[in-house]
Amino acid sequence: MAIKLFARTRRLIGEIDDFLTLLSECAMNFQEAVMTYLEQGASERFDERLQQVSEGESRADDLRRTIQRDMYAETLMPDARGDILTLLETLDDIMNKLEETLWYFSSEKPRIPEELRAQYEELLVPTVACVEAIVLASRSFFRDVETVSDHLHKVHYHEKEADQVIGRLKNEIFSMDIPLAEKIHLRFFAERIVWISDQAEDVADQLTIYAIKRAM
Amino acid sequence: MDIAVLIFLCSGLFLGWSLGANDAANVFGTAVGTRMVKFGTAALLCSIFVILGAVVSGAGASHTLGKLGAVNALPGSFMTAFAAAFTVYLMTRLSLPVSTSQAVVGAIIGWNLFSGYPTDLTALTKIALTWVVCPLLAGVIGMVLFKATTVVVRRAKVHIVRLDSYTRLGLILAGIFGSYALGANNIANVMGVFITANPFTSFSVGEIFKFTGVQQLFLLGAVAIGVGVFTYSKRVMLTVGGDLLPLTPVAAWVVVVSHSIVLFLFASQGLEHTLAAAGLPTIPLVPVSSSQAVIGAVIGIGLLKGGRGIRWKVLLNISSGWITTPVIACLICFVSLFFLQNVFNQQVYNDASYELSPTVMERLEKDGIATDKLSRLQGKRVETVRAFRGALSDAGDFTGDEESQILDRAKIDYVIIDGSKLWRLKGLVSGPQEAVLWPLVGKSFLHPWMLGDAMAEASDAWKSLPSTKRNKLVNRHLNEQRKEVYRLFRRSEPNN
Repeated sequence: MAIKLFARTRRLIGEIDDFLTLLSECAMNFQEAVMTYLEQGASERFDERLQQVSEGESRADDLRRTIQRDMYAETLMPDARGDILTLLETLDDIMNKLEETLWYFSSEKPRIPEELRAQYEELLVPTVACVEAIVLASRSFFRDVETVSDHLHKVHYHEKEADQVIGRLKNEIFSMDIPLAEKIHLRFFAERIVWISDQAEDVADQLTIYAIKRAM
Repeated sequence: MDIAVLIFLCSGLFLGWSLGANDAANVFGTAVGTRMVKFGTAALLCSIFVILGAVVSGAGASHTLGKLGAVNALPGSFMTAFAAAFTVYLMTRLSLPVSTSQAVVGAIIGWNLFSGYPTDLTALTKIALTWVVCPLLAGVIGMVLFKATTVVVRRAKVHIVRLDSYTRLGLILAGIFGSYALGANNIANVMGVFITANPFTSFSVGEIFKFTGVQQLFLLGAVAIGVGVFTYSKRVMLTVGGDLLPLTPVAAWVVVVSHSIVLFLFASQGLEHTLAAAGLPTIPLVPVSSSQAVIGAVIGIGLLKGGRGIRWKVLLNISSGWITTPVIACLICFVSLFFLQNVFNQQVYNDASYELSPTVMERLEKDGIATDKLSRLQGKRVETVRAFRGALSDAGDFTGDEESQILDRAKIDYVIIDGSKLWRLKGLVSGPQEAVLWPLVGKSFLHPWMLGDAMAEASDAWKSLPSTKRNKLVNRHLNEQRKEVYRLFRRSEPNN
């Protein structure tokens, strides 16, 4: 019985680690995809990155369902199960937003002026850094709950950075001499990107509570 | 076995059933309640280890209870156990905190008051002190263990999922240990009152396996506990939870282990022997409340967290139970014994005759008791214990220990060595000890201690060692062996 129990444990730990790794990879692929779009538009290379993010998100969904099923079927971690599954669900939402944003880029093909490209690239940096920080915070939650706060403050920091960058970007967009429709379209895509860091911050707020509960 | 014997044992079996139904939750409640362990697994492990604990290690705590009062008639034992069980039932129905241990003690005192036999105040004080010490000790152990566990878990940086597996396994192992300790400590509550009037006789298989009458009694009681675990404990286990303080699984493991350590400390003859051999003070072996040990451990952990969220009113209720439970049980037992004796014509105690013969007076002098105050009573036979105690009280002031010693020496209880029964002692006494009895076949002794003296004179194997801490357990074992011999050859033995 003990051997089966520990085998199940190892499998579940592996699944959770894989899930977090997928989120991290999706974020990096997202950044690469948007950078490619800014340079080349909706090119073949952009489509490849989009495909990678899509596949990653799909595998993450499967993993999350497997983890949920295993936890309930094997009655693992009855006290922390709810928090863990909610955490994975909200992390999955981040991956959904990453994929969705790229699909918007692919289908609506926004025309991003040359003079704004650097600012869009600048917006990507704190956004992806937020996601990286939340992945590290989540890993800490599972292994070393006392270091969770070390990563969470970075999420808040990068989220504020992203807010500042988008503030400047919006000013820039609406100062330009282009049709209103294009301005709104450009703002939409900027906001799609910054929503990812907002979502990461929401997860960080939840993780703060989970970490306090676990420390008790 | 006579059906009447089984009927009389029923009340003890009922006590055992209720102990299993309620106290199993203290050892496996969290594990089952949080679905970490299946109820069937928990019930099986609990029953097996309760039985093992009761049969292997149950004698220690029952010895102390026996010193408080030795109920010497089966109907009396029945009513004492029934009074305790009824007290537990009544107070549970009234939603008052109640401990089986405390109810049993109160009922035994009730029997003592009814029969006229003295209550050993030293034993009572020892028992009452352990009621207070038990939750305190559990609290301290809980605090230390919790602190140590959290430090280890923190430093080891165990993955939360792996920690869950360790906790699960830990809860099972702690539950096993707790079940053993529960059986060892609390079987005295269930069957302790039947020991003196034990209907079972000891036997041994060769020189290797011996099964004393007391162990057989404990086995029966432990099986009753097991039945209680299987039939009723599930609903109790599933509702166990943060009545006192919300607990994480790791904290719950600490509570179970602390509770188990305390029960084991108050039941382990092995530990007592080790401490005695090292010349250290020993821990009294007394049945203690399993629930109160759990509460003590939970409060200990709560205090470590700053005392927030603890319901102090529960503590107050427990303390009041230390007084109310034994008093209520005592009253119920006294009244019930009256009815059983006078309405149902059952002999609820075996009275004895007493005589202070010159031989007895000489022996009392040797024991260090001044007999000048007893000279008025010399040569007079007194037919009841109550009358004899009254006469002693009129003769002079004697301490509780002195009174017990005089009663023991003066009690008339014929012992005749029957050669045809000597084989029953195989495995219970050593070869040299048994050899001493053969030359005494056919001889009769007015007082059991006379046989003891004759055996000690014939062989060192029957001589008590000097009364020191180191020799305490050896002397106790020797005493138990003498009691086995007296029981076997007692002419007024009820079942002979």
